[in-house]
Amino acid sequence: MDIPLLLLSSFIIAVTGLFFFIWSLRRGLLDPDAAGAKVIFSPGEIGRVEEPAATGVGQRELQRTMTASHGEPDADELQARLAADASSARPAFVLLGFAVFWLLVASLAGLTSSIKLHEPDWLTQYAWLSFGRIRTIHLNAVAYGWAPMAALGVALWMMPRLLKTRLEGARFAVCGAVLWNIGLAIGIGCIAVGINDGMEWLEIPGQVGVLFAVGGAMIGLPLVFTLRRRKVEHLYVSVWYMGAALFWFPVLYIVAKLPNLHFGVEQATMNWWFGHNVLGLFYTPLSLAAVYYFLPKVIGRPIQSYNLSLIGFWCLAFFYGQVGGHHLVGGPVPEWLVTLSIVQSIMMIVPVVAFSLNQHLTMRGHFAALKHSPTLRFVVLGGMMYTLSSIQGSFEALRSVNTVTHFTHFTVAHAHLGLYGFVTLVMFGAIYFAMPRIVSREWPYPKLIAVHFWLVAIGFAIYFVSLTTAGLLQGFAMLDASKPFMESVRVTLPWLEGRSIGGALMTLGHLAFAAHFLLMALARGPRRSGAAILRPLARTA
Amino acid sequence: MENHVKLISGAMVTLAIATASLVVLPYLQLRHEPPTPGLKPYTEVQLRGRQEYIRQGCVYCHSQQPRDPSQAPDDKRGWGRPSVAGDYYYDRPHLLGTMRTGPDLLNIGARQPSPDWQLGHLYQPRAYTPGSIMPAYPFLFEVKSEAGPGDKVVALPPQFAPAGGVVVATQEAQDLVAYLLSLDRTFPALAPLADASPASK
Repeated sequence: MDIPLLLLSSFIIAVTGLFFFIWSLRRGLLDPDAAGAKVIFSPGEIGRVEEPAATGVGQRELQRTMTASHGEPDADELQARLAADASSARPAFVLLGFAVFWLLVASLAGLTSSIKLHEPDWLTQYAWLSFGRIRTIHLNAVAYGWAPMAALGVALWMMPRLLKTRLEGARFAVCGAVLWNIGLAIGIGCIAVGINDGMEWLEIPGQVGVLFAVGGAMIGLPLVFTLRRRKVEHLYVSVWYMGAALFWFPVLYIVAKLPNLHFGVEQATMNWWFGHNVLGLFYTPLSLAAVYYFLPKVIGRPIQSYNLSLIGFWCLAFFYGQVGGHHLVGGPVPEWLVTLSIVQSIMMIVPVVAFSLNQHLTMRGHFAALKHSPTLRFVVLGGMMYTLSSIQGSFEALRSVNTVTHFTHFTVAHAHLGLYGFVTLVMFGAIYFAMPRIVSREWPYPKLIAVHFWLVAIGFAIYFVSLTTAGLLQGFAMLDASKPFMESVRVTLPWLEGRSIGGALMTLGHLAFAAHFLLMALARGPRRSGAAILRPLARTA
Repeated sequence: MENHVKLISGAMVTLAIATASLVVLPYLQLRHEPPTPGLKPYTEVQLRGRQEYIRQGCVYCHSQQPRDPSQAPDDKRGWGRPSVAGDYYYDRPHLLGTMRTGPDLLNIGARQPSPDWQLGHLYQPRAYTPGSIMPAYPFLFEVKSEAGPGDKVVALPPQFAPAGGVVVATQEAQDLVAYLLSLDRTFPALAPLADASPASK
């Protein structure tokens, strides 16, 4: 059987099927004013801004950037939303608290490993601090700590709002989060002492991974229960992303951890099927869900094209799962597999453009709102980073580009553009919005939010530019056979130092954020107007 | 979209397609791939050393997959011929790697066959490769005032040797070196199968 022909035909059939599927789900596909997009607003609420992270003055300024609202929001609906928020407050708080803790661990571990790359004799006496381990601790603290805890915490908080019901089974989520984090602490400890399964993204031993499976299922259960108790007919776009991600991740993790099944090169293809899908089918959809909720919510305007988001979702679901093979371009794997992954990587441009266009059209004419809304600043910047990192990723998969960038720091910079520039920034924005609702208190020091934003934005810009440059110089030096290998190391050194400076600024920003989070959780700091500024209605709640 | 069953089943179908193409098909295609002739199973010491390689996270800076000369000059750097699936017959877990912060190691045993060089380089990479950014692994060694019977003393250039003592390799360091020396795929690969060859034009 001619495999390329087989692949080509199955690809064409699948894409046709995909578009037929999308067509079958449409409801007024060309209707620019889809009712679905308005599900997140109560009647009379469109045109009304919502930004719990802004001060009273900021909120008024923010409202001034909008056209006047059309009327008073429906009081019953707002009351129901308060009840929804109350039902999710505790589990969301627990998950977000864990997330902030792991963010600090990951930042310190990441900064340490970054410094070690240009100071190789620094702290070499301790095995657990050696580059190979502390770098892995950094990755796992992000991949299984910060990112999923923040994303799931935000998902738990959004889900009852989106379904206009209460969160069912919140206790499961709290217990699940505790189990998951015990597992993660043990897993990180294992890596520190050198017990690990030996595959990138899958280092934490499978025996410990059982805790992730059980804990993760317990966090997911309330979301499923709540989905079944929904009081809305229409499932908003954020719900599609969250629902799918919650079912995707367990399959990925369990298949990857099946013992005594994977071997040699097949294990490598599985490794990158997992490694890329945990980004593409877990963190990405959960973060996109947050963008699709918070962006329109803050500016009080439904997303521009609801159908574009439908196309974006199903194309992502279809193409993203198969891109992982681009991590093995030029490797000892079947040629057809690499080709398939390159094709799907390029196809990813479709959902990315659909999303970006939608975000831009929704924001158009409202960019002044960025000045007044901390949530929006993080979320919009994060959304832009999604576009950049995805387009970059598509081109990075091409053989010609990959030949230069593969095996270099360029890939690391790209990974951070996705997981930091996109996922992390969006999560910061979401947390700034949600926390005042969760603890019924304002952020005590609004200036700290600005400090956080500028530290991480500038820090990350330095980080990304430095590391990308390092990777390109390294890649070109390595392809030049007339240069000794050590030349490819030497050229990166100043840029690796630049990366440490950027990383240090980001870490400072995270310290400011964590301190602010802690003060808020402990009800410290000045109170301006209490919970009252949240919404006129909240006074009675 | 109104139907959550349709949503979840659609999502699972797309994942099933991805899993079939990136996991199941490679599994079926490569399951019967024989080891490359000349490839020997790892000995027990080498396997322990391989575990040490994993414990220390060597894989995060060193790949084990030389590319085809048409793509990159890996062969000119002495990293070896492009590898094929059969070269990894005994590898569980795989250690193909994704970074070349340091050089490819699939043939390090052929390139640097001296155990003394390997041990000294692990103790202090900069003693052998000026400008190297590889971490030193002092915790894999012991500094003793004098070597005991059976101790593996590491020969070091004088300026890197500790004053008044000898550096002795622990069992872990010796295992790791045994594994590194076993990395030698200089025997020829079989004529690659039409669909299983590395990127060759």
